[in-house]
Amino acid sequence: MSELVINDLHASIDTDAGDKEILRGVTLSVESGRTHAVMGPNGSGKSTLAYVIAGHPKYRVTSGSITLDGEDVLAMSVDERARAGLFLAMQYPVEVPGVSVSNFLRTSVTAVKGEAPKLRTWVKEMKEAMADLQMDPAFAERSVNEGFSGGEKKRHEILQLALLRPKFAILDETDSGLDVDALRIVAEGVNRYRESSGAGTLLITHYTRILRYITPDVVHVFVDGRIVESGGADLAEVLETEGYERFITAAQPA
Amino acid sequence: MTIAPPHDLAPRIASFDADSFGMPTGRELEWRFAPLEVMRPFFEPIDGAGTVTAVSTSELVVNSAIATASSTWVPTDRTAAVARAGARSAVTVNVPRDANLVDPIVIRLDAGAEFAYQHVEINAGAFSTAKIVIEAHTGADVSGAIVVNVADGADLTLLIVVDGPKTHRLIAHIPATIGRDARFTACTVTLGGRAVRLLPSVHYAGPGGRAELLGVFLAEGEQYLEQRIFVEHEQPHCSSNVIYKGALSGAHAHTVWIGDVLVRREAIGTETYEMNRNLLLSDGPRADSVPNLELETGDVVSAGHASATGRFDDEQLFYLQSRGIPADLARQLVVRGFFADVVGRLGLPEWRDDVMQRISARLGMADEGASDD
Repeated sequence: MSELVINDLHASIDTDAGDKEILRGVTLSVESGRTHAVMGPNGSGKSTLAYVIAGHPKYRVTSGSITLDGEDVLAMSVDERARAGLFLAMQYPVEVPGVSVSNFLRTSVTAVKGEAPKLRTWVKEMKEAMADLQMDPAFAERSVNEGFSGGEKKRHEILQLALLRPKFAILDETDSGLDVDALRIVAEGVNRYRESSGAGTLLITHYTRILRYITPDVVHVFVDGRIVESGGADLAEVLETEGYERFITAAQPA
Repeated sequence: MTIAPPHDLAPRIASFDADSFGMPTGRELEWRFAPLEVMRPFFEPIDGAGTVTAVSTSELVVNSAIATASSTWVPTDRTAAVARAGARSAVTVNVPRDANLVDPIVIRLDAGAEFAYQHVEINAGAFSTAKIVIEAHTGADVSGAIVVNVADGADLTLLIVVDGPKTHRLIAHIPATIGRDARFTACTVTLGGRAVRLLPSVHYAGPGGRAELLGVFLAEGEQYLEQRIFVEHEQPHCSSNVIYKGALSGAHAHTVWIGDVLVRREAIGTETYEMNRNLLLSDGPRADSVPNLELETGDVVSAGHASATGRFDDEQLFYLQSRGIPADLARQLVVRGFFADVVGRLGLPEWRDDVMQRISARLGMADEGASDD
């Protein structure tokens, strides 16, 4: 049993007009085997939360804490966080020209597991994981994310989830830009991983669409840099019909 | 695009007499970037200079008296004329007509002295196929030419690796003549040397010739690395593809890339493209990049050029690190990836790996866990 604990987290970004606070006191705990959905309108800071957990250098944590089984995540470098068991599936995966998917995956798995996988079992494992996501084997020879369609990028993110086997998966708008078929394939990939690993999941999304495929245990409404309401899966239904209007209004200072 | 140039891009003077060319002052277009004080020993003949010889296991590689040199190439600048007059012997590689050589011919050039002139001639016979690798060690000051003739229907691949200490100077003119329907693929890899000036040029002796000029260079510390390319399309239906990539690190590194492509009136049906990309790995280095495309006919298939110099992409670093890959290995992956497509075009897989390892070593990176397979 693992636990990812975020306590009163504040984070800022440097802008031309000075420091801008984006996270304004986020408190959230995710345990192994549990799936939390973080839902919010555009610009609410929910993607920033994902990046801050992963350690993106663009953001500066001003106060609060993140711990993974008691270990101070904020003291870790980006790669140490990944090796500690955190994984961020990105909304906009980055192109790395000239680095093949197979080389990238093998290098990542070697780094996270601390030793190179045996070549024969590795090739088999990679091929099976790709087949699960209905990815063409030729995909492995392409450069990382270069020229990928939106659906291919997201499938590639979930492929990494399946191979790196983190303790906690943070999925940042994994549903954005996907057609129904691609969304189903990606969501099945996430579910397969949740069930086989018992990992915790933090699902960040604007729309309720993906929640038809991935059922959350807890839904948080995220507005203006903090969680304003939490509830069960039924809270997502309320958002589906009523939108974020009520929460945005409530979050405004009087 | 050059607007109303005072003259076309072709060199105006060709001569064996060094005094036909003025003494470089730094105001000339072709000398405006180079550190003249560093290059000065190449401007006047040096008594007691050595001559570069070749070490090779191939019987096609011969060291012989300079009088046996048969190329019709005439020096196009002062350093080339000085070097041609000063070289006492020539290295010749004659690939016989119709020969189909499977294994690359590997040649190590040996200066044999602190300062040496160089004259190398490579002749690919008609309809031959060959791959040649030249290793030029930067442990001495060397000036001269590598003259290439690719006869009709021949297919020649030439890799030149300039590697060694960052102490000495090298000037190499690399003029190539491409015969009818012949194909020439050249790649220069420039890693060593205090100051290096490479001048590859291409002329076409008949229609249908194809030339691909590739280059990778990595400048660190005080290194000055210049690549000055000239392609003259004077025959119809020929193609040229020029791709150079450089990486720079350290506050004083300086690279220069000049890509001059001239398409003559008679060169209808030309396809030409040139591209230079530079990657700045730290603050401070300077990368000059000047593509020039001059068209004397509009009746071409395609003609384009591109140049871009950018900083190392921190988002790539973040992405790789977020997958557990430590920062130094991530940086290595990105730099190797940046160069991989250029070196990969050569069709010399062992040498591609060799070059990649040299680059990794230069960048002070361990090479484990980052194969390109």
